[in-house]
Amino acid sequence: MTDQIMTDEPPETVEYQLRTADESSVATDGGTTVSSDTVDGETDAVDATLDALESDGLSGYNYAYLDEHTKREVRRSMLKAVAIPGHQVPYASRPMPLARGWGTGGIQASLSILGPDDRFKVIDQGADESVNAANIRRLAENTAEIETTTDTTDADLIQTRHRIPEEVLTDDQILVLQVPITDALRKVDPSDAANRRRHAHKNYGKMWVHLYENVVEWGEINISSRYPTMVGGRYLMDPSPIPRWDVPKLDDADNLFVFAAGREARIYAVPPHTDVEPLAFSDREFTVERFGGQSCHACGSTDTYLVEVSEEAGDTDRETNNTDREFETRYACNDSSFCAKRRENPELPKDHHLDRGGVDWGPKTASETTGSRKTAAGKTKSPGGEAE
Amino acid sequence: MTLLSATGLQTVYGEGCSRCIESTGDRAGTNQCPHCGSVVACAEADLSVREGEVLGIVGESGSGKSSLAEQLALERDPDATTTGMVDYDGYDGNLLAVDYETRHDLRTSDIALVHQHIRDGLNPEFTGGGNVAEKLLSAGWRSYEDVRDRVQELFEATEIPVDRMDDPTSTYSGGMQRRVQIARALATDPELVVLDEPTTGLDVSVQARVLDMFRQVQREEGVACVVVSHDLGVVRLLADRTLVMRHGHIVESGLTDRVMEDPHHEYTQTLINSVI
Repeated sequence: MTDQIMTDEPPETVEYQLRTADESSVATDGGTTVSSDTVDGETDAVDATLDALESDGLSGYNYAYLDEHTKREVRRSMLKAVAIPGHQVPYASRPMPLARGWGTGGIQASLSILGPDDRFKVIDQGADESVNAANIRRLAENTAEIETTTDTTDADLIQTRHRIPEEVLTDDQILVLQVPITDALRKVDPSDAANRRRHAHKNYGKMWVHLYENVVEWGEINISSRYPTMVGGRYLMDPSPIPRWDVPKLDDADNLFVFAAGREARIYAVPPHTDVEPLAFSDREFTVERFGGQSCHACGSTDTYLVEVSEEAGDTDRETNNTDREFETRYACNDSSFCAKRRENPELPKDHHLDRGGVDWGPKTASETTGSRKTAAGKTKSPGGEAE
Repeated sequence: MTLLSATGLQTVYGEGCSRCIESTGDRAGTNQCPHCGSVVACAEADLSVREGEVLGIVGESGSGKSSLAEQLALERDPDATTTGMVDYDGYDGNLLAVDYETRHDLRTSDIALVHQHIRDGLNPEFTGGGNVAEKLLSAGWRSYEDVRDRVQELFEATEIPVDRMDDPTSTYSGGMQRRVQIARALATDPELVVLDEPTTGLDVSVQARVLDMFRQVQREEGVACVVVSHDLGVVRLLADRTLVMRHGHIVESGLTDRVMEDPHHEYTQTLINSVI
């Protein structure tokens, strides 16, 4: 019976099994004392196996890490998501080599649509340099043999966590957003079953009450991220934790947005040129973040999403170990790759790479902002005006 | 003009059999079928409500009042088997057969229910104003100021302190919560309001004020109403016509004054004698 099995198996494996069997028999014959030769022999065998694996490199993996069935499954869900904009499509989310919640959905979506000719960019809250972004980029580089880039205009596929780039995306590009919580309604009702029924019947009264109570409390809608957004006039969508600043970019865009959640195993999408409207009252409009006329300390931009950074003032003497060191609050562009470009060329518009003008992308179009940059300090930036 | 008319309303809990109806009701003295054990909550109920009219339904606990009211208010209990025909002026077809979406639309704009239990009707985490606003927002109101004004108007009409508008509903007293439910029911100017035991859990003086307020608002708005109560006083105060129910069947109906002064059915006589 043993012979039967052995002849069925590939010759290499047979050899290996025979050898270990011989050696183990030698070891038992030797009694309790195990000769050093035997140990070396066993280690050699393991090393040889490991070496064989090592020389294999990542060719032991399928192209782009995921097996073809998984990729097909993800792509199929993506197609369905594109067909029903804003609807959450379930898919078989696989375990990935990092914890769920760290971009596993985004990685599965990206790796499923990457091809050898694609250029891939990964950003984590606007930065290409974050550890997570760098590692995801490296995984794709190693397994899919693609080129990576940090230049938004140069990338075919961009995976992002919690930001949409400042530069206008084109119809050749796909943006994959990592999503931690898929249902906008979960904020008002923790029951997914009840929420699915609400989606089915477009019954969003409860979310409207949430907005109403928000205005009662704050005088305006102050949801900072995950702003509830109506897609194609039908489905209420959680646009992932992008700031309000980025929400208008989803409306009538040239590119495809794919939202993928690994933990919740859901994919949804906003296809190109879909109407995307943030929920708001007719007399309490949707507003984006205001920075009080601040500009980026590095590139001077006033028309980008800025983040506050608390840093030591420039010329503090570290040697004196002075505990009264002054910290100052500075504003910096959140999109680091565009900030680098603006440092080279401060007047660079967000649609510099496009032939056509009048591109509507985000809170302010590039043509509107180029003239008023830097001089706009002091003016309110948001279309919605001041808080009441 | 008849706003709503119902014929042959029937709600059965349990499997039911062919002899359920003949073996239950007033003649049999029970609402449980001796053959199959099913409970016939209400059966063979015919009624109609005219525009602006208040119809009272009285009866003891378990007589089928609430089952009847829930059917009229399009509230569905998945455990029950319901049959019958409800004709509503604003809808073409049987109200009992409508799909979820039509039912939701009708419940938002045309037919409102004030639940017996506050938990069923209000979301305690929302503010009192938010609970009333939900009705307006579901009906498609999109101007914050309009919603705000309407909620305030309803709070004034139902005598809820307007200062408390933005407090969580869970901090309201029982009487206030009941008023919020009524305000919510009236928010979108419905054609019909179904009140299920409007005075449950309220003390006598609060009961009187809630009923007084409701009677006034009902007259002003001219909204038709079905009031379900075990309390004859409530029905006497509000209703133009009254149905008396027992063991799931309507045993007597007529003008409220006639039923109260000259009860024909033995049970109605006992009921009235026990109160007055």
